[in-house]
Amino acid sequence: MIPLQALYGSAGVVLFVLGLWSFLVHAPLLRKLIAINIMGSGVFHLLIAIAERGTEPPDPVPHALVLTGIVVAVSATALALVFSRRLEDAGGPPEDEC
Amino acid sequence: MSASLPLAVSLPLLGALATTLAPRRARTLGLIAALASSAVVAWLVVAVWTQGALRVDLGGWSAPLGIGLEAGGANTLLLAMTALVALAISVHAGDYFRDRIQLGHFWPLWLLLWAALNALLLAADLFNIYVGLELLGLAGAALAALGGSRAALSASLRYLLVGLLGSMTYLLGVALIYTAYGQLDLGLLATQLTAGAAEATALALLTLGLAFKAALFPLHFWLPPTHANAPAPVSAALSALVGKVAAWLILLLWLGPFATVTAPAGATLLGLLGACGVVWGSWRALRAERLKLLAAHSTVAQIGYLFIFVPLLQGLAPGSERTTLIGALLLMALTHGFAKAAFFLAAGQVQQHAGHDRISDLGGTAQRLPATTFTLGLAGVALIGLPPSGSFIGKWLLLEAAIAQGQWWWIAPLLAGTLLAAAYVFRVLARAFNLEPTPQRFVNQGRAELPGLVLAVIAVVGLGLAAGGLWGLLEAVEVER
Amino acid sequence: MSSALDTLLPMLIVCSSLVPGAVIFLVREDSHLLRTTLNMAGALTKLVLVGVMIWGVYHEHDYESRINLAPGLDLVFAADALSVLFVTLSTVLWLVTTIYAIGYLERTPNRSRFFGFFSLCVSATVGIALAGNLLTFVICYEILTLATYPLVAHRGTPEATRGARIYLYYTLSGGALLLLGAVWLQTLAGPLDFVQGGILGALPTALHGQFQVIFVLLLAGLGVKAALVPLHGWLPQSMVAPAPVSALLHAVAVVKAGAFGIVRVVYDVYGVGLSASLGLLGLLGLLASITIVYGSLRALVQDGLKARLAYSTVSQVSYIALGTSIFGPIATVGGLVHLVHQGIMKITLFFCAGNYAETLGVHRVSQMDGVGRRMPWTTLAFSAGALGMIGIPPLAGFVSKWYLGLGAIDGGAGWVLVVLAASGLLNAAYFLPILYRAWFRAPPEQWPQEHISRRRLETRAALLWPPLVTAALCVLAGLLAAAPFSPLEWAELIARREYDR
Repeated sequence: MIPLQALYGSAGVVLFVLGLWSFLVHAPLLRKLIAINIMGSGVFHLLIAIAERGTEPPDPVPHALVLTGIVVAVSATALALVFSRRLEDAGGPPEDEC
Repeated sequence: MSASLPLAVSLPLLGALATTLAPRRARTLGLIAALASSAVVAWLVVAVWTQGALRVDLGGWSAPLGIGLEAGGANTLLLAMTALVALAISVHAGDYFRDRIQLGHFWPLWLLLWAALNALLLAADLFNIYVGLELLGLAGAALAALGGSRAALSASLRYLLVGLLGSMTYLLGVALIYTAYGQLDLGLLATQLTAGAAEATALALLTLGLAFKAALFPLHFWLPPTHANAPAPVSAALSALVGKVAAWLILLLWLGPFATVTAPAGATLLGLLGACGVVWGSWRALRAERLKLLAAHSTVAQIGYLFIFVPLLQGLAPGSERTTLIGALLLMALTHGFAKAAFFLAAGQVQQHAGHDRISDLGGTAQRLPATTFTLGLAGVALIGLPPSGSFIGKWLLLEAAIAQGQWWWIAPLLAGTLLAAAYVFRVLARAFNLEPTPQRFVNQGRAELPGLVLAVIAVVGLGLAAGGLWGLLEAVEVER
Repeated sequence: MSSALDTLLPMLIVCSSLVPGAVIFLVREDSHLLRTTLNMAGALTKLVLVGVMIWGVYHEHDYESRINLAPGLDLVFAADALSVLFVTLSTVLWLVTTIYAIGYLERTPNRSRFFGFFSLCVSATVGIALAGNLLTFVICYEILTLATYPLVAHRGTPEATRGARIYLYYTLSGGALLLLGAVWLQTLAGPLDFVQGGILGALPTALHGQFQVIFVLLLAGLGVKAALVPLHGWLPQSMVAPAPVSALLHAVAVVKAGAFGIVRVVYDVYGVGLSASLGLLGLLGLLASITIVYGSLRALVQDGLKARLAYSTVSQVSYIALGTSIFGPIATVGGLVHLVHQGIMKITLFFCAGNYAETLGVHRVSQMDGVGRRMPWTTLAFSAGALGMIGIPPLAGFVSKWYLGLGAIDGGAGWVLVVLAASGLLNAAYFLPILYRAWFRAPPEQWPQEHISRRRLETRAALLWPPLVTAALCVLAGLLAAAPFSPLEWAELIARREYDR
């Protein structure tokens, strides 16, 4: 059981780091948005791994946290997409930003 | 009495719901919700004053399973400031937004933001803070985009993404803490946390995540364009309240539950970043060509001051000296909250009248609107930290602590920030003296001008001369514990 | 007398101009009568309250208003003999200047703003005078900076905003140093209440090195407003302000606040004995002497009348610091009495300069030929002020210089006599030519810009009476120097209380 938990957890951390890297390196907004979502998935993985700590049944609190996190992430992504769409309609980001 | 805690969060939330359902009545409903929320906060302040700290476990579930709300001395004061500033913004906004559709969008988002602020200030566990932060970020970004210009949309999008990045970092920190301790309640963590690598990493992640939101140097890059391009009442809320709450949460973690984890080196680093923010923000404000951009850069500087307190408070044993310094920290935060909101409301007024906010061409407008210019002046006095404003007393106590503890190097950024602030404030005020015709009246548009003026007067006169009560409240709560 | 009055009186004196000032901002621009009523009501109320206070302090009554601002920080307004001296000066001269300003600014723009800040400025000055500790002093000192800035910039011309900006640079930088010094001193000595004889003498000698550094910081902060060389650069620049403002800045408010602060720090914080033994009085005396001579030399070459008066102020205000820097009661009396005498003489001179400019458009010394025939009363007042400045008996200035000279001999500082003599000669050299031109040269065919034609009076009544009153005060302060409640008697009372503890 323990190795599986470690695998799951470290996969989460790797996902987070990959997402962060992608966020910092890529300029296009859509890629940044996807990167953020990948970071989120990483953290959710880690939380799910934590829930499995050898007790039966598994700790419910991290599950609740992940559920809340997913709801938040979905709404944030939706808002960001609306912004991108509006920005595109308005003619793209301005050249000279203060 | 303790019912006031959940009400402080749920009333603005209900207001947001009501204004969404009835957008035609948004203005009336919104104002009612604002008044009711402020009344609840007033009730809460009285309750804390008379009974000491309050705590409510929601739904009857106590920690570690349930989530709690807590009102101590410090966050009650911030809650009260938030309510007063928010009320002023609500009154002002009714006049600012002429467009019905914009007004219909403004009210639900604004009340949502207020609910998030109250939830964050009252939150007693780490995950609740995460939820509050996300709510704050979403509502804030949507509000900032209300102007609808390309610059505003682009800045808001960046604000949203940076906010999300911050939240994810923060959430990772939360996960680490839960791994090690199996719980997230701040009060319980305070008794259990010990110094260690995992705890230090978690604190670093939590701090980093919040630092994005608080615009701590060098993570402040998103703030000036966002705050400068948002509608003025929104800028006022973002600058005076949103950044302040995030900064407060960092300070809360460092000085409260995580105090055993912190080390002098880390505290000095935070202080140093704050000091860099003070100098850099003030310098950029001095170079800014637009009034709102100036105010936005000045926010970066003013947030920085709060972090200079960290190295002086870290390692200071509980006692009167610590209470005094925490009071000074709060006084700086409160003064800036009132003053910056006043400054932005006045700047918005100037912008609406002149049709632009280029500082070099503001002369006539500044002359025509004496009350607004006066607001800018009073708020400026508080931003500089000149007497009799609250920030003067805050700075005095900060200087005193720095000298008394032998950490004299903090004097340099304090004085530099003060002088630079004087330079950027008076660069604006000097425009008010010109040869344009004299206005007949002091106040020309009461609803638009007075809220800002009242806030500025509170920052300068109220907090300057009647700040003694602040320590009274802090000590009252301290004794109760 | 009831105890409620004892705790309220100092605060009431400050508020008696603060409240009308705040209300004046709200007054409609064209409500001339209401504004004047508010101004005069404030000024007269303050005069009455100060009268009560003089009586009380003379009978060793304690007045103290105290508000707690933060742990360890109190806002204290209290009355002792020294504060009464300065409060009385500011109150009387404020009344006179208000009348003058009402006449001077008739039908000019932005009067509500002007009189609002004017009242704030006086409130701050009175606050400085009544400050019972260093914190309160610093607070009022900075508020004074803030309140005078709009007055200097009032005209709104590019020169005015430039002068105001320079003024602000100097005073705010000085304010920062003063703040630093005050906070540092407070960490060493606790709350710095002003106590006659000082409070630092009782502290361990190990701190003396820090005390010396702090004194330099405080002196730098106070020296800006007191216009000590090389911190005097703002003063000639701020001459762009309207005449009543120049009068107030130079005679009462700003420069006096600096000089008064130096007196407070030496006598009531450090203690004159400790200051002497730390070598600080020597430093102060040196700076003051340099300033006296330098200011006079610069005054000599100015053609602008107000510029010449400005450099004269630089020079004359340092007499106060000079008197403070000599250890001994007689020199103290000389310095303190000059605080008052310089005030009434210089305000007279600035009123007159304002009258010349406002009535005839005469701004320069070289345009002053024969003004004595066109405006005899104004020129008479000007002559009284100028001769007083030179130190001709029996005018006020003579009394100051006499005591300074006696005090110098008494304190074993003979070199001060050289400074006094040199300065007296230089004063004569830059004032007497003006008087000669005014009285004995023939007037020109036409004045530069005759704004006010001659009717029954040579100029407007509100412009004429104030300089005549203050000129009369110059004469009386000299003639009746030995009378009870004269500035000299009061200065001697302070010196007695300082040295005979």
